[in-house]
Amino acid sequence: MMELSDLVKLANNEWDDLLNGDDPVLLVGNATCGRSAGSGIVFRTLKNRINESGIKCKLHEVGCIGMCYLEPIVAVYTPGNPLLFFSGVHEKEAAELFESYVIKKEKAQGKVIGFLGEGDSDGHKHLGDITVMRPQERLVLNNCGLIDPTSLNHYIANKGYSGLNKSLGLEPQQVIDNIKASGLRGRGGAGFPTWRKWQFARDKDSDIKYLVCNADEGDPGAFMNRSLIEGDPHSLIEGMIIAAYAIGASTGYIYCRAEYPLALERLRLAIKQAEEEGLLGKNILESGFDFRLKVKEGAGAFVCGEETALIASIEGDRGMPRPRPPFPAVAGLWGKPTIINNVETLASVSRIFQNSPEWFSRFGTEKSKGTKTFALVGKVKNSGLIEVPLGTSMREIIFDIGGGVENDKQFKAVQTGGPSGGCLPAELIDLPVDYESLADAGTIMGSGGLVVMDENTCMVDVARYFLDFAHKESCGECAPCRLGTKQMLDILTDITEGRGSMEDLKLLEDLGKGIMKGSLCGLGQTAPNPVLTTLRYFRDEYIEHIRDKKCRAKVCKELIYYDIIAEKCTGCHLCFKVCPVSAISGDPKEIHVIDQELCIKCGMCLEKCPDKFNAIEVYAGSKNHG
Amino acid sequence: MAWVRRPAPTNGEESENGVGQETRTNNIEIMSTEEILKQFPAEHNNMLGILHALQDNNPRNYLNSKDLKAAAAYLNTSLSHVYGVATYYSMFSVRPRGENIIRICNSPVCHVEGSVNIIDELKKELFIGLGETTEDGLFTIELTECLGQCHRAPVMMINENIYGNLSKEKILSILNKYKNNHSG
Repeated sequence: MMELSDLVKLANNEWDDLLNGDDPVLLVGNATCGRSAGSGIVFRTLKNRINESGIKCKLHEVGCIGMCYLEPIVAVYTPGNPLLFFSGVHEKEAAELFESYVIKKEKAQGKVIGFLGEGDSDGHKHLGDITVMRPQERLVLNNCGLIDPTSLNHYIANKGYSGLNKSLGLEPQQVIDNIKASGLRGRGGAGFPTWRKWQFARDKDSDIKYLVCNADEGDPGAFMNRSLIEGDPHSLIEGMIIAAYAIGASTGYIYCRAEYPLALERLRLAIKQAEEEGLLGKNILESGFDFRLKVKEGAGAFVCGEETALIASIEGDRGMPRPRPPFPAVAGLWGKPTIINNVETLASVSRIFQNSPEWFSRFGTEKSKGTKTFALVGKVKNSGLIEVPLGTSMREIIFDIGGGVENDKQFKAVQTGGPSGGCLPAELIDLPVDYESLADAGTIMGSGGLVVMDENTCMVDVARYFLDFAHKESCGECAPCRLGTKQMLDILTDITEGRGSMEDLKLLEDLGKGIMKGSLCGLGQTAPNPVLTTLRYFRDEYIEHIRDKKCRAKVCKELIYYDIIAEKCTGCHLCFKVCPVSAISGDPKEIHVIDQELCIKCGMCLEKCPDKFNAIEVYAGSKNHG
Repeated sequence: MAWVRRPAPTNGEESENGVGQETRTNNIEIMSTEEILKQFPAEHNNMLGILHALQDNNPRNYLNSKDLKAAAAYLNTSLSHVYGVATYYSMFSVRPRGENIIRICNSPVCHVEGSVNIIDELKKELFIGLGETTEDGLFTIELTECLGQCHRAPVMMINENIYGNLSKEKILSILNKYKNNHSG
């Protein structure tokens, strides 16, 4: 077995040779996001080109650098030049890029995002200086998109496992004290201090203790953990070994969703690599500490993200939550003390020890230290994975990094924390994103999904959607969640279909509070959040649905109507032919009319009406009532 | 874990899986139930792993009663318990499904980007509803939780392959690829 210092020497040589060597290097962003944009074909194309050309050129797949809207992304190093990042490199562009930039050494053509490394690159910007990146601090995502996730050496050359080495030289209690000094709080939900959780388990006297990583990232709109595992799996494993050492656990589990096949593949490979080098298993780095790590694959149950349900699922049972207390830190897996941490929390642990607690706590606010990764999605221009210091305002995230709302529509709301979180209105755009501010506003940080909504989003429909989700994912064990979410869903459906009454609003609030108090686990306790926050911030929209039978976003089918603008209609007769219920009347060359009684609002006439006429319009409300 | 997974067809302009794919076999190798069980230690916590492996090994993508009984005997538990687990998780099925499972995401982001239209198109094209299987046994349509591909919404997953930025036209070409792959 080699010492870590020997591994580091080898790894540094390989890394130095890669980015300062004599051969060109191609890095293809090949995480799931890249692949769904076609990076698989790009990778194969480049591989073939390199073989055909006969030149020496290294080719690696890397994870996601976060700018998913620019995929496929290829980074190219050529001797004497910095590492240049190109966007939108599909099959054809990849072949051209290789031909002109790598072989003929011509000036960089195509869409250059920026460069990394030394030196001016023909007026291109440094990657850290482009608008999307400037407000970001990449502590956790440091390696994502830059190193080959299948290479242990790449990780080691970037400080990898130095944190583990450092912490194994400390007493376990000192490791916990360091985490306390860093101010790290759980990145998966409400932000419980990580050190305190660890201390519970450390102080508990038990022959066996377990460490579990919750990688069951089920929140709609969230993919931070997937990207992190796909791009830098060893950072999670290193964090887990450190955590296990601190609490005295000898076995660890990573519970990952089956919907993430690539992440699972990466994890299994990384664990094997770490075992081979003595970083996992018996007597880790000659310290006398033993730790075994196993991967457990989920099977599609959202509730398994709740810690007691997750434990039941690892044990091989139905993922049903158990009442707490006892908390898992006291009695978890097989009744033994069990610590469950989120992927990002554990990756942060690696970084804290690779650097220092003080380095980490320099970022963030007084109570929320460090950085947080977010999946910025929905109606935003630059969607993708970002990492910002805690306390960064929503405005900076959505408008500076995200580039604002798509198609320059009006920003309406942002949903945080998935089905357990809430919707924040445009008025709160300057809210700093930290645990306390979000809690005060009625929502939670959650694992980090940020879904941006524009003027075309109906907030009642959004609330209904999330309730539908919670209702379907409820495991059915406790009545408040099983029956309560169904009742709330029925009321919301009534409102979106024009059958609501003003009393319903009070009922929704009372019912919501009841469900929060009475439910057994986190799913039910937070399920009413999306409804309660939209009732708090978008009450007028609910009232419009109920009193005026009007959906201003023109989403709720029962509360809109289609009409033909007489001045624009040329009588082309296309809508007449396409209407499935013969609700449109009019002879060719005559102005057509929609019979509002017959119309089922399928929208096919609108789709069919040629753009040059644009004679069909959707209105909120109903024609007879305005 | 050497589970046999179904690869994406590689013909056509947009095969969306890359490296990693090459190492996988092109045909589904059917192993015996006993061979699969033997890959796992006989511990109760391997239940989900065993059920995944058994289901992946079945050409119709489901857990038949023979497999469920064998798993129960292997893990020294009751059949009802195994059945309870198999029917709790949405990715398991105790009824035969299509050779290719289409899992379409209807999470908020996909919903806002028009996943409903995509679902309608799939239903229309395959003449089946959600949770149903085509007569030729080629496809089953199911809903899934968020696939974490929201920047390319609406998104679906066929077996283990992700397809994003879906449109009605794109659906047709993707389905055709799978159909051709089958006949070829």
